[in-house]
Amino acid sequence: MDFIIQNVLNALQWGSFYALIALGYTLVYGVLRLINFAHGDIFMVGAYISFFVATFLIGPIVGLSTAVAFAITVPLTMVLTSLVGVTLERIAYRPLRRKGAHRLYVVITALMCGLVLEYSNLALLGASRLKFPELIEKQIWHLGGVTLTNLKVMVIVTAILVFLFLQWVVTRTRVGMAMRAISYDKFAIPLMGIPIDNIIVVTFVLGSGFAGLAGLLFAMSYPVLEPFMGMLIGWKAFIAAVVGGIGDIKGAFVGGFLLGFIEVGVVTVFPSTYRDLFAFTILLLILWMKPSGLFGIPQSTKI
Amino acid sequence: MKKLKLLVVLSLVALLATPAFAADTIKIGFNIPMTGDIPEVGEGSKNAAEMYLADINGAGGLEVGGKKYMLEFIYMDNESKADSAVNAALKLIEQEEVVAIIGPNSSKQAVPGGGTANENRVPMISPWSTNPNTTLDRPWVFRAAFLDPFQGPVVADFAAKKFGAKTAAVLFDVANDYSVGLAEVFKSAWEAKGLGPVVAYESNGTKDQDFSAQLTTIIAAKPDFIFVPENYNQVALIIPQARDLGYKGPFMGSDAWGTPDLVKLCGEQCNGQYFSTHYAAAGAKGATKVFIDRYTAKYGAEPADYAALTWDSIGLMVEGIKNAGMVDSNPRKMRQAIRDGLAAIKSFDGVTGSSKFNEQGDPIKCAVIVKISDEGTFVFEESVCP
Repeated sequence: MDFIIQNVLNALQWGSFYALIALGYTLVYGVLRLINFAHGDIFMVGAYISFFVATFLIGPIVGLSTAVAFAITVPLTMVLTSLVGVTLERIAYRPLRRKGAHRLYVVITALMCGLVLEYSNLALLGASRLKFPELIEKQIWHLGGVTLTNLKVMVIVTAILVFLFLQWVVTRTRVGMAMRAISYDKFAIPLMGIPIDNIIVVTFVLGSGFAGLAGLLFAMSYPVLEPFMGMLIGWKAFIAAVVGGIGDIKGAFVGGFLLGFIEVGVVTVFPSTYRDLFAFTILLLILWMKPSGLFGIPQSTKI
Repeated sequence: MKKLKLLVVLSLVALLATPAFAADTIKIGFNIPMTGDIPEVGEGSKNAAEMYLADINGAGGLEVGGKKYMLEFIYMDNESKADSAVNAALKLIEQEEVVAIIGPNSSKQAVPGGGTANENRVPMISPWSTNPNTTLDRPWVFRAAFLDPFQGPVVADFAAKKFGAKTAAVLFDVANDYSVGLAEVFKSAWEAKGLGPVVAYESNGTKDQDFSAQLTTIIAAKPDFIFVPENYNQVALIIPQARDLGYKGPFMGSDAWGTPDLVKLCGEQCNGQYFSTHYAAAGAKGATKVFIDRYTAKYGAEPADYAALTWDSIGLMVEGIKNAGMVDSNPRKMRQAIRDGLAAIKSFDGVTGSSKFNEQGDPIKCAVIVKISDEGTFVFEESVCP
């Protein structure tokens, strides 16, 4: 029994990261119908930004205590990472949108932007990995045969809070209403006096900001950073978002945890060689039965 | 028109001059990981090679058959990937026309890379690969490191003695030839001792960051120690995660741990663990000490085992070229001569100890067990000889 509960906790932590990244994919897709393939790499950039912010704050120049440094690192990382996301939108996606390019070209551009982020990081910082400093004092709790760390709890709680927050933004606020409206008809919306570009920027701020937060939490949980850390997890989170029904906040959240549970579950029972084989076969079956994803509605308003 | 003629003549002269020039240099290729999973390994190898190159060329070149030849080293990045190692080897052989190759280092790249070298009949020395398949039935492939069938039992014996262990668990990288081979050898060596079973035998992928599911299974099986024959970057994630999941026992590692980066990435949580490796920098004597001091003075860090083994591999290569006794401008003939020269080496004294060579081109040499001290340095624990 302990064994099962422990693995459920493992899956919750791992699924949280998928969910956090999938939320960013879904947000941008919901508004722009754009699969932002650079999102996994924005997550990577977020991890690196948090590394530099954190090491600077606890370093000899500033010399803050780790707890204070953590409290500053969280918002600063989110702001800086969202700037990266907005910059990408400004220099890569918006010009294409203005010229009325087909969506396919924008997706390819996103893919290229991701590679540019990866390789500029490799060129700038080299291939050596970085060690993320310990920001919060780790506490290990033993509950019967189950072990829990404060970090694990924080990751899971954050994923849930971010989901609730985004769900609230999209369904209950004016900005959210505008997002849904753009998704519905992006040609009629400017005629209604809604500043479409601003709303898109807000979307990228939200998506990238939470990718930065995910990067920070990931770096704290798995403190070895490398330029390609966002690639695989980004792709998998994208698949999770599609299985959940891309464009739907709830779908991304559920899809992320679903993938986390399947992966950890398979590794618990079978050798790890089978993990991706089984995980993606199951996801394929879900899409086969429900091509628009668990919560997706075929061709209508997304988000 | 006149200008054109001049250009043609000049380029013809240049063309004719190239082979004559090439005969004065001996081109050796390096197939090393400058990027990817283990960039530290490529950097250390390159550092050692640059130092050796400066020594030889600084003394006017390498004397073969009464004439001095300059050495030229060409470094090719294999991105720590198996397929890229094959491509890097082919590039070195076909485009650069090297007469011999040093590297790849890790067995993951050295097993496929060795196949390419052998098929194309180019002598190759892998400095760091310990998997038997790298040189098995490949007359063109040699190595400077001991083999996993030797390393596996060394680890098993040490753990049984040091920890009084009865049961063991293994976590290995299923996509890495080195890790898989060593895990298998260790498992059979442990079971042959008859102390107790290998209670958990779990695997992960190379790009994995989360090991919690595997570690939960391992910890539930209650082993006396966990053997982790993985690259240092994964070890730095595995050990802290195991501690988070409540494991308090010891770990044992293999020679892939032996990087200063391990301590940097893992922090205090790796201190106090043991691993088997090729040499220990602390307490070295003689030629080894001279090498370590020079390297440290030049690059500001102690050479890790792969740097020392690269140094020895170049030493072996030089010995092979000297044995060849001549330099042929035709790379094919030169490759054959070097191979025969390498095969003629019966024993070799290097900075990683002295070794004898068997008919597979594999050295028989001692291993050392190193402890990661509380200060995060690698301390010599004991030496095990075959």
